[in-house]
Amino acid sequence: MNHSLPTSIGSAGSYHYFAVITACFTFLLIVAGALVTGNEAGLSVPDWPLSYGSLNPPWEGNIRYEHGHRLVAAFVGLLTIALAVWVWKKEPRRPVRKLGWIALGVVVAQGILGGVTVLWYLPAPISVLHACLAQTFFCLVVSLAWLSSSAWAQRVRDRSPGLPLNRLAMAAAGAIYLQLLLGAIFRHTQSGILPHLLGALLVTLLAGWLMARVFRSPRASSVLTGAATLLGVLLALQLLLGLASWLLRLATADAVQPQFPVVAVTTAHVAVGALILAASVILALQSWRVRSEEGRAESRTPATPVNP
Amino acid sequence: MMCLKNYLCLPVALLAALFAGACGSVDIDDEDLDAVDGTEAPAVVTRVDPATAATVNGKVFFEGDLPRARRLAMDAEPACAGLHTEPVYSEVVVPNDNKTLRHVFVYVKEGLEGMKFETPTEPAVLDQKGCIYLPHMMGVQVNQPVRILNSDPTTHNVHPTPRNNREWNESMAPNVPPKMKKFPREEVMIPVKCNVHPWMKSYIGVLPHPFFSVTDGDGSFEITGLPPGEYTIGIWHEFLKEGVTTHKVTLAASESKSVDFTLKQAS
Ligand code: HEM
Repeated sequence: MNHSLPTSIGSAGSYHYFAVITACFTFLLIVAGALVTGNEAGLSVPDWPLSYGSLNPPWEGNIRYEHGHRLVAAFVGLLTIALAVWVWKKEPRRPVRKLGWIALGVVVAQGILGGVTVLWYLPAPISVLHACLAQTFFCLVVSLAWLSSSAWAQRVRDRSPGLPLNRLAMAAAGAIYLQLLLGAIFRHTQSGILPHLLGALLVTLLAGWLMARVFRSPRASSVLTGAATLLGVLLALQLLLGLASWLLRLATADAVQPQFPVVAVTTAHVAVGALILAASVILALQSWRVRSEEGRAESRTPATPVNP
Repeated sequence: MMCLKNYLCLPVALLAALFAGACGSVDIDDEDLDAVDGTEAPAVVTRVDPATAATVNGKVFFEGDLPRARRLAMDAEPACAGLHTEPVYSEVVVPNDNKTLRHVFVYVKEGLEGMKFETPTEPAVLDQKGCIYLPHMMGVQVNQPVRILNSDPTTHNVHPTPRNNREWNESMAPNVPPKMKKFPREEVMIPVKCNVHPWMKSYIGVLPHPFFSVTDGDGSFEITGLPPGEYTIGIWHEFLKEGVTTHKVTLAASESKSVDFTLKQAS
């Protein structure tokens, strides 16, 4: 008999798979966006919202990357509208319902920002904002998928002594987000890499600490240990990809056009960055869940009578 | 309930942080460039007497090693690759056999202040042919028409990225009529690129006078028709920035002087 039926999420489970699909397409969209930057294709389509005045521009050169990115983005936009409506109809938890609308707002803002990027000729602050809002949107959709999953509905029995895990998990997620921001600033403004390297150090320390806490906790759920393992593996991969990106950039500094190995490795670096953020968001959500379960359990425990 | 509120904190805090961070400035220059041009220039046009006009000419040499020639990878674009039977090389650093450099912009940098020269009505021509720009580098006068052609069977976009003029980015399908453009402010140099074919790059130098030249296949330049006077001649190269990059010359009536420059890679 399975005790982990999604009772506490009510009818929210009905949109779970749809949210997962939306998250997958969002990931694809982030990869497509990284390909646009890597191939210096951002301004290959000078107009917006149409491309060369049409929905089907000539499929040539860098237009393929830019218009491909727009097509995936439009599809993700449609998925998000459907998801927000579905969440609104089926989701019993009010804050989660709000999350659906926030996701919709962010995807609309992101589309407009993409347009502004094109019409204002790719100013670095807008590109950085567009890159970060993409990651924010990915977090929101991953959160919706997670909050409607049966894993979320499971009763959790983690016990983590010492500093509450939820704060640490939040700090790790925040640091990872900051690191994505620093990566975007480095990439779009050609500024120095030092802040991004310090960010990597901070992320490694916090994520390492978080993983150690999860693995040391004898009763951590498989969900927590799974997310922590994923975080660790992705982080190791990311550090290698970062190093490779850096070395390849140096080796091709005098290139006269985008180089395939650089585009491939930097795109992978952006993609794995998004996955790390997703893993950390899941860990953070899950550890809030642990904490609140503990809180509930404590409030249910009658106070020990004090013997006179 | 507390739990639900708390787990919302993460995305909401991230959003808030993002928007707070985003309020940086986007520097878009919306001044009316034509108006600026009209108010700054003196009204009387300087006429140079052909009988006293002076000339400065010379060569631009290079010193030391140069980066190796880069072959342009057009393979992914059959519409471009099919236009060439021979490999095409980047025009960024083009050494000539006599240790001189091609594609160096040479111009009168100082010495013409207070003079105004007629704006040519004859357009300068920038063509897109074989998925490269022809010419790779050119000079025009402030407000001189620039006629931009697309002689290719493929779509290009033309995207100058000036610092002192207004940026624009426009598409050009095959067989469209030429575009007529002008640059109302002095600027050495304006990069022009095609974002569809990211190897395509050219440079336009915009000056308030007609005294400029681009070095050719034997590294030579010549600037003619100068009024007698004292000038600083400057040069600009896309990649090589160090070496002898300016010369002061004094030109008497009808005099012709030769000055050579030398460029090298930054150490
Ligand atoms: C915690 C680990 C890391 C994360 C999460 C991360 C994330 C990112 C992201 C998201 C970007 C691209 C941003 C954008 O285009 O919007 C980026 C760029 C970059 N990162 Fe990292 N990074 C990490 C560690 C490193 C390390 C250790 C290095 C170098 C040793 C590195 C080197 C780079 C380089 C060179 C780029 C620019 C790529 C390009 O030129 O296109 N990163 N990083």
